[in-house]
Amino acid sequence: MTAISVQNMNVWFGTGALRADAVLDVSFDVNEGEIFGLVGESGSGKSTILRAMVGLVPTWSGTMQIAGETLGKKRSQAFFGNVQMVFQDPYASLHPRHTVDRVLSEVMRLHGIADVDERIVQLLDDVGLGAGFRFRYPHQLSGGQRQRVAIARALAPKPTILLLDEPTSALDVSVQAEILNLLADLQQSQGLTYIMVSHDLGVVGHLCKRIAVMKDGEFVEVLSVEAMRRLEASHAYTKHLLASSIQSVS
Amino acid sequence: MSSEFGLRDWLLSEEPSSRRQAALSSWYNGWLRFRSNTLAMVGLCVLILIIFAAIFAPVLATHDQFAQDLGQRLLRPGVDGHLFGTDGLGRDIYSRVLYGARISLYIVLLVAMVAPLLGLIVGTVAGYAGGWVDIILMRITDIFLAFPRLILALAFVAALGAGIENAVLAISLTAWPPYARIARAETLTIRNSDYIHAIRLQGAGPMRIVTRHIWPLCISSLVVRVTLDMAGIILTAAGLGFLGLGAQPPSPEWGAMISDGRAYILDSWWVATIPGLAIFSISLAFNLLGDGLRDVLDPKDNGS
Repeated sequence: MTAISVQNMNVWFGTGALRADAVLDVSFDVNEGEIFGLVGESGSGKSTILRAMVGLVPTWSGTMQIAGETLGKKRSQAFFGNVQMVFQDPYASLHPRHTVDRVLSEVMRLHGIADVDERIVQLLDDVGLGAGFRFRYPHQLSGGQRQRVAIARALAPKPTILLLDEPTSALDVSVQAEILNLLADLQQSQGLTYIMVSHDLGVVGHLCKRIAVMKDGEFVEVLSVEAMRRLEASHAYTKHLLASSIQSVS
Repeated sequence: MSSEFGLRDWLLSEEPSSRRQAALSSWYNGWLRFRSNTLAMVGLCVLILIIFAAIFAPVLATHDQFAQDLGQRLLRPGVDGHLFGTDGLGRDIYSRVLYGARISLYIVLLVAMVAPLLGLIVGTVAGYAGGWVDIILMRITDIFLAFPRLILALAFVAALGAGIENAVLAISLTAWPPYARIARAETLTIRNSDYIHAIRLQGAGPMRIVTRHIWPLCISSLVVRVTLDMAGIILTAAGLGFLGLGAQPPSPEWGAMISDGRAYILDSWWVATIPGLAIFSISLAFNLLGDGLRDVLDPKDNGS
């Protein structure tokens, strides 16, 4: 079953002479339960694809089908219950004046979920934070803990699809691994579909089955993670990317 | 003693166990930060003193605030049991200053409730909605800003009629534009942050986002600005009183009292000076308080 189908997507910012095209004619399908990776350098348009999918960027064309719903200009409440997003910077994605409890309970109230109290405790458990974190403010949490709260918030409406916008790039290396493992566990236990954006091939290779490489708003190549491990890239840019990430390791 | 330590620990707990404890604990932390600012504490004490004086004016006053005694006019401070002397009509200045505190606080509270709220609504709506709404609301704000405040208040009072309520209305109508500007500027920095995006992705509507997510972050800077403006509000009220457009005689409004003392300012300095000192001390108290509140509430320092 296809969970996400994007055909001929274009995204741009500004109009007239100021128009800048961020994404050019991108098409891809993601199956249910699959983890799909988007890799590319900064400014290549990978985050923009996610933002256009959830409706944060209104200027796009093409067709998008997500969770059986063909998307127009507006997103329905059911869509937000099905598709959620985790942002890059956990220091900016939590309201500084809201406790963890308030963040999670507001989300559940918006989605009309009953037994809020039980769900919050369970969610915090799911993301590896105990109930002791429930009434803390973001400034009382570390970066990794904040990102866990952000993941809990994304999981609160019980979505089937999670869009991950560089969820680990703002964290230090040991915490990165913890968060990646948590995401992998959650994907296994809840059968989630992920689209994961990253500029780090190592991070994407750890989690994803299929990887799309982006450059200047276009897909240059879509390859499986096995092909990537065997360094079987056909496009020059992918080869360059692989070579540089191998260099950084050895 | 041990129970007191228990309460302190409970308030400073890193792991609050209920909504109430989390809220109280964040208030308590703010209070601790505020308390470490000596000048702000001085301001708070002076203010509490003035509020006490206003509440217990009937008990503390030595004379009737309106009783005239022309035989006892223009007595020096301390003579015949008149602590601050008497004015041109022989009324006890000490008692009048006490009752005047009620009027000043009444004006300040009313203005402080109306003007920032109006500014907050206009500013956040303009900032969040953007586009035409923003342009229209901000041009209206600019028009109000372009007038000198006292002149505009004068025009309003002249149109509405003299009196405290109209003075309050006039001051509020002239005081909101700076708040709208601040609220809009704050909103513009907040509206594109990830936590607003995140709540939009949960399907929250603009009403909820503005009132629940943007207001709490704007209010702190507005509160600071309001306390710093309190002095200006009192002075404007006093200025209107001085010009005869605010509180009407024989009401003991401080500005009006200074206005009365003007005739005797050369040979009976205390008639104008005592209410002047009262205005000075309440203005200074609000300023010091505002400075302290800025340290406590500024969200930029709050991250650590």
